[in-house]
Amino acid sequence: MSDIDIAHNEAPVREKRLGAITGFVGTVGELGARASGCGLRNRDRTFTQASACSSGCCQGQLSSILDVVVVNHAPVGCASDSAAANSNFKSGAKIRSLDPSNIRIVSTNLQESDTVFGATQKLRDAIAQAYRRYRPHAIFVTTSCVSGIIGEDVQGVLDDLADELPIPLVPAFCEGFKSKVWASGFDSAFHAVLHGLVKPPQKKTNKVNFVNFRGSARAEIIETFARLGVEPTFVLQHSTVEQLQHLSEAAATVSICGTLGSYLGNGLQQHYGVPYLKTEQPHGISGYENWLRALGEALGRPREVEAYLREARAQVAPELEELRRALAGKTAVVGMGPSFSHNYVRVLRELGVEVLWGASWHFDQNYDHGGLPESTARLAESSHSLKVSVGDQQNYEVVNLLNRLKPDLYITRHPGSSVWSTKMGIATYFVTDEFAAFGFKGILNFGNILVDKLTNRSLQRKLAQRIKLPYSDWWIGQDSFAFLHPEAVASQGASASQPVAASLLEAAE
Amino acid sequence: MSLELEDLAPLGPPDDGSIIDQPRHTCSLGALQTVLAIERAVPILHAGPGCGQKIWGMIGIQNGGQGSGYTGGHTVPCSNTSEVEVVFGGEEKLRALIANSFKVLDADLFAVLTGCTPDLIGDDVGHVVREFQEEGRPIVWAESGGFRGTNLQGHEWVLQAIIEQYLHPSASIEPGLVNLWAVAPYQDPFWSGVYADLSGLVASLGLTPNVIFGRGGGVRALRKVPSAQLNLLVSPWLGLRSVELLQQRFGTPFLHVPVLPIGPTETTQFLRTLGTHVGVDPARVEETIQVREDHYYHFIERSAEVLLETRFLPRHFTTIADSTYAIALSKFLVNDLGLIPDRQYVVDGVTGPDQERVARLFAPVGEGLSPEVTFTPDGGRVHEELRRTKFRSRPLILGSSWERALAKELGGLSLSVSAPVSDRLVFDRSYVGYTGALRLVEDIYSVVLADYQ
Repeated sequence: MSDIDIAHNEAPVREKRLGAITGFVGTVGELGARASGCGLRNRDRTFTQASACSSGCCQGQLSSILDVVVVNHAPVGCASDSAAANSNFKSGAKIRSLDPSNIRIVSTNLQESDTVFGATQKLRDAIAQAYRRYRPHAIFVTTSCVSGIIGEDVQGVLDDLADELPIPLVPAFCEGFKSKVWASGFDSAFHAVLHGLVKPPQKKTNKVNFVNFRGSARAEIIETFARLGVEPTFVLQHSTVEQLQHLSEAAATVSICGTLGSYLGNGLQQHYGVPYLKTEQPHGISGYENWLRALGEALGRPREVEAYLREARAQVAPELEELRRALAGKTAVVGMGPSFSHNYVRVLRELGVEVLWGASWHFDQNYDHGGLPESTARLAESSHSLKVSVGDQQNYEVVNLLNRLKPDLYITRHPGSSVWSTKMGIATYFVTDEFAAFGFKGILNFGNILVDKLTNRSLQRKLAQRIKLPYSDWWIGQDSFAFLHPEAVASQGASASQPVAASLLEAAE
Repeated sequence: MSLELEDLAPLGPPDDGSIIDQPRHTCSLGALQTVLAIERAVPILHAGPGCGQKIWGMIGIQNGGQGSGYTGGHTVPCSNTSEVEVVFGGEEKLRALIANSFKVLDADLFAVLTGCTPDLIGDDVGHVVREFQEEGRPIVWAESGGFRGTNLQGHEWVLQAIIEQYLHPSASIEPGLVNLWAVAPYQDPFWSGVYADLSGLVASLGLTPNVIFGRGGGVRALRKVPSAQLNLLVSPWLGLRSVELLQQRFGTPFLHVPVLPIGPTETTQFLRTLGTHVGVDPARVEETIQVREDHYYHFIERSAEVLLETRFLPRHFTTIADSTYAIALSKFLVNDLGLIPDRQYVVDGVTGPDQERVARLFAPVGEGLSPEVTFTPDGGRVHEELRRTKFRSRPLILGSSWERALAKELGGLSLSVSAPVSDRLVFDRSYVGYTGALRLVEDIYSVVLADYQ
């Protein structure tokens, strides 16, 4: 178990905390067994495509809080993610029937001279300006590769300003070079919330902290939770500083995504005794049932849960049967973040789809509560020989793999990931909404989407006839994971990986 | 949150290295999108893992819905620099990445672009790339770490790298061949249409346009650059260094037209200027102009009711855009549509003599009108100023999608035309020329009409 140290201002990255990796190929049984023994080492690559970094995840989360400003101590490019974050934020406002407003994100716009002389004064000015301009209830300062490498004393600036500005000033360390796992940025954001905002509980409430992205299913969740006598507090998007300060008073914490919610959930449990649900996520039927039962246990309402489940199960049974008939014999490949990937393999099986491969964008060998992710453990148990791989958005591997496996369906989640399979003529569904397969209603929704995807394939068929993929014939003829190094024997480092890189380079000549 | 009284003191002039609240451009590594605009050219990033995604997120997906195309997005090779490279250097990793990029990807030209981390730790990227150049591989490199400048500057740096490291002098000059240089691809969501429509105008005078960016250009167009008779630059300042460099290296003269022509006034002037410069028969130029102006005015006449009789029409406008569009849109709305310019905001971070060039184009912008102009990349400041402005009619704001919420708050109308344009899908539409101006009038008055009901 990793101790979440909320007194310290920085969260260790996932590689260090959770044994996270970005390179693996094998079976889920092997993945589970080796991860349980903490025996898995990462495998690097000699050819890599642009991935993503923790700062994007961190800023995306923090800037979605309603009444804060994020000051990004970085060159302007590091705040480019604000365009997407702002679209997402406004979409969240729409879901909540709120007037549109913009996120507040201010770049210190670091220039070449700043890398020589330092820029703490600039940071100070930016914070003061941000406060004057918006009167926020908290300011977060996100770091960058540049601020990290030139050694900017961000905490020192915040300490100096603490007397002048009457609001929490909180650092969020998310230098892109520090982690290969972009989800480390979620932890940076939630750590900043735990370290800088959350107060010790004054009382216990009937709130349940619900960690999610956009909140599209909020109406359904509010209704379901009401039957259990609790109210959801959706975090972080469109939450307020005031709400976040009281997260410690909740009856429980749940998350739509194990990757997203593990840090906050375990932090609140370790420090304030708020139970965090460690079941697999509530996608599909069994995931939802186990999740809701665990919630019922935590709330002391097991009977209400059973009553609700009986009712809901009976309602969906006929349509579910119909969907299973329609999808019988279909094959799928899954490519998503690890929590979604291992959960959605299960959901697809519930719909009668045969899953050929489960790719995930990284893998945590354990979560902060100390165990293997439940979704992986269950999969390792039920489908030991399922082939899985881990890669940080290495599209060339995925394209090569899909060309070999030729599934009927590719189910994916990460911006841009649905494009390449579609160009290959494969019916593809991009799970953009985190609630796409949420519970009973969700699995019907998801099943119907898959049927639609298989019913009219004209776009991908015609695209595939017209479009040339950017890969050489040579690459398409190689093993999908030809550029994956053997596992490092010693600890990860340049000295261990360089000779391997050189030999692989020669082998590929 | 409303501003309190003491906050209403004058804001003072913005400074050049100012903070940027609500970014409307990205950093110099944004040059990667310029490379992607050249058909079958591939950027190789020696940069952090998230640089690419952030950049194409903003000036790609969130900017007219411009996606990955042939080899953009997560297909772009990248060293994803990590702690190991920060400590031990990243040259070895880059060398393997380049060698394998040549094997894995089917492309004609590769451009290695550096991010902040390799630039700060001092990797000798030029040394690594030269090894491949010496083998005769089609590869160039540019230092583009984000702290060095904006993506508009990065656009020029990668062009200069291509000119210096990839192009060779031509044995002969092709008469009538005109290289076309204008907006920065992707940063301008309309760039595909801009280059196509400018190309159409050049061709209408019997010249042969050579367009590097967009469909049908690529390495073939690039190789023809040194054999052109003229480099035509349509931009207030962006691209000036590149055409100067082309003149210096290949002796090609250039014609600098500072205003992107939108609408009859500017487009007619553009055609006359170009025609005179290259010696096209004036009768042919005037005939070309006549036909196109007639087409433009046919539709303006036909829809005059909408332009004149719709309730709550805007009379004044504000642009919040890069140098090119702030000027081009203002010129059209003032000179052809009879609107009044309120303060104009140039938000692309332009400084120094280039900023003065832009300022001169606004004084006057036309019809004896010289609007106030603010140069600042700080969009939050622009919003703050606009919230303090007393508008005498519904403000028409031509800016980015950052302005959607603001326009609603101010009771105004907004059309997103400048990055980031996250609320529109743009294929080959442009506002250039006579027909482009019709598209712009359609778009503005569609906003007006949609808002009415």
